[in-house]
Amino acid sequence: MTRLTLSQVTKRYDGVTALDAVGFTVAPGERVALLGHNGAGKSTLMKIILGLIPATSGQIKVLDAAPGSQAAREGTAYLPENVAFHPALTGLEQIRLYLRLRGCDPAQAMGLLERVGLGHAARRRIGTYSKGMRQRVGLAQALIGQPRLLILDEPTSGLDPVSRREFYAILDGLAAEGAAILLSSHALTEVEARTDRIVILSQGRLMANDTLHALRRQAALPIRLQISAHPGAADQVAAQLAGGRRNGVMVDLTCSHHEKLTRLGHIAALKGLIEDVEIIPPSLEDLYSHFSRRDDQ
Amino acid sequence: MTALIRPVFALGATEFRVALRNRWVTITVALMALFALVLSAAGSAPTGEVGVDALSVTVASLTSLGVYLVPLMALLMSFDAVAGEVERGTLSLTLTYPVSRSGILMGKFAAHLTVLTIAVGAGYGLAAIAALATDPEALTGLPALVRLFWSSILLGAVFLALGYTLSAIARRPGAAAGLAIGVWLAFVVLYDLGLLAAVVADGGGVFTTHALPWLLLANPADAFRLYNLAASEATAAASGLGGAAQTIPAAHALISVLLWPVGAFGLAVAALRRVTP
Repeated sequence: MTRLTLSQVTKRYDGVTALDAVGFTVAPGERVALLGHNGAGKSTLMKIILGLIPATSGQIKVLDAAPGSQAAREGTAYLPENVAFHPALTGLEQIRLYLRLRGCDPAQAMGLLERVGLGHAARRRIGTYSKGMRQRVGLAQALIGQPRLLILDEPTSGLDPVSRREFYAILDGLAAEGAAILLSSHALTEVEARTDRIVILSQGRLMANDTLHALRRQAALPIRLQISAHPGAADQVAAQLAGGRRNGVMVDLTCSHHEKLTRLGHIAALKGLIEDVEIIPPSLEDLYSHFSRRDDQ
Repeated sequence: MTALIRPVFALGATEFRVALRNRWVTITVALMALFALVLSAAGSAPTGEVGVDALSVTVASLTSLGVYLVPLMALLMSFDAVAGEVERGTLSLTLTYPVSRSGILMGKFAAHLTVLTIAVGAGYGLAAIAALATDPEALTGLPALVRLFWSSILLGAVFLALGYTLSAIARRPGAAAGLAIGVWLAFVVLYDLGLLAAVVADGGGVFTTHALPWLLLANPADAFRLYNLAASEATAAASGLGGAAQTIPAAHALISVLLWPVGAFGLAVAALRRVTP
């Protein structure tokens, strides 16, 4: 039972293939991150899921209905990228309108705004809001009526680190209640800890679709070992370990997953010369570069 | 309220609030009131000479005023309706709600038409009060004023819908504003100048006798003017422009006045359906 099923979704306009046979699913309670460069097709894919634009070919099921159908729209919430609400309205008035459009009680507006941390500014005009505050208005409207599927396009752009953490806490709560969440992002480090699965799009093609753990294993990227030597001992450490010196005291090594323990043994043998060792696994940035480039090479 | 009407009502109420905040209500009411009072003051002088009541004189003047001002106010209110939402990104968001495109347009239309009704009502109301204050016979002109009132609302409806159409076609507020001014000039000024030039060139030939009446009816602004002048003898006399009005039956002008709002709104819905958010 999935909330969103895409299979062989292709979109072409004016001879350009924006999406090429993309297929994946999002299950209830699952948080899926959609990653890709600008122009990779993330927003196009989201608009197709929402029924705003038609796909050229492929099958899409949104809440077991066609995208854009009444049933799909009633259960789906959307947060567009960089949405700017009418500056002459207050946050409260704007959310009241969206509640009415969903057939909900407009009296819930204040509660929703408090939930996204805008209670204090609810009666001020949106024209006076910062970008982060406008983004929270967008999030508040996406929370209306307990949506079963959330489509969030760059939801944390413009939010400061504290707001981002609060935002992901809200998403965790929604996912725990069973909502399926698809969100796109540029900020890889934040989706790393906060999503269950990662989908990578590159030039309209699906390059990866798995958990972070599984992607790490698939990519088999080298692990970095960073050694801090005692002052003056860096040359000696570098020579003994056949590593590269970075500055006066640091020595860099890379190794594959299965070599890691052996290498650490070598390093431990030099303990009179070194102060510290840090093990740096491949980051999501490294994985992202690996998967988004692999077809070009 | 049914599920179809509820979003129209919610969108309309919000749009009306925006019109209040943007001072469109204040601006249009002040504009109409000012012009109506000026015309009443100017129109009270020749009453005795023409031999009709003061209100009919005022209605004749207001007809000429309304034909310029009402379309202009309507276009100014409507040109941003779709383009502004596209630019802010709220159109795509609203379309993911369970609301139809025609429902979105109907909400805006209801709100803007309410603003126009308030403005026109205030302006014409003031003119009526001024006429009644100076001439006790003015009550006889009241039916003409009422007719002018509702036909002005219909004229406003036409240009609101045309404004939405332009807004949906242009997709950018700047371009939509330019198109709106162009449409206003074309319908209200250039069309008549073109017809005048053609009549002069024709010298009373087939064009003047056969094509001209239909061409006048085809333009909502001309149909509005003809209807108001033809429907009341006193107004026609007061305007001194009865010539054209007599050749075209008021019923024909009325049909044009009634059909244009429906057609223009259909056009706006069709244009919005073509917008890819």
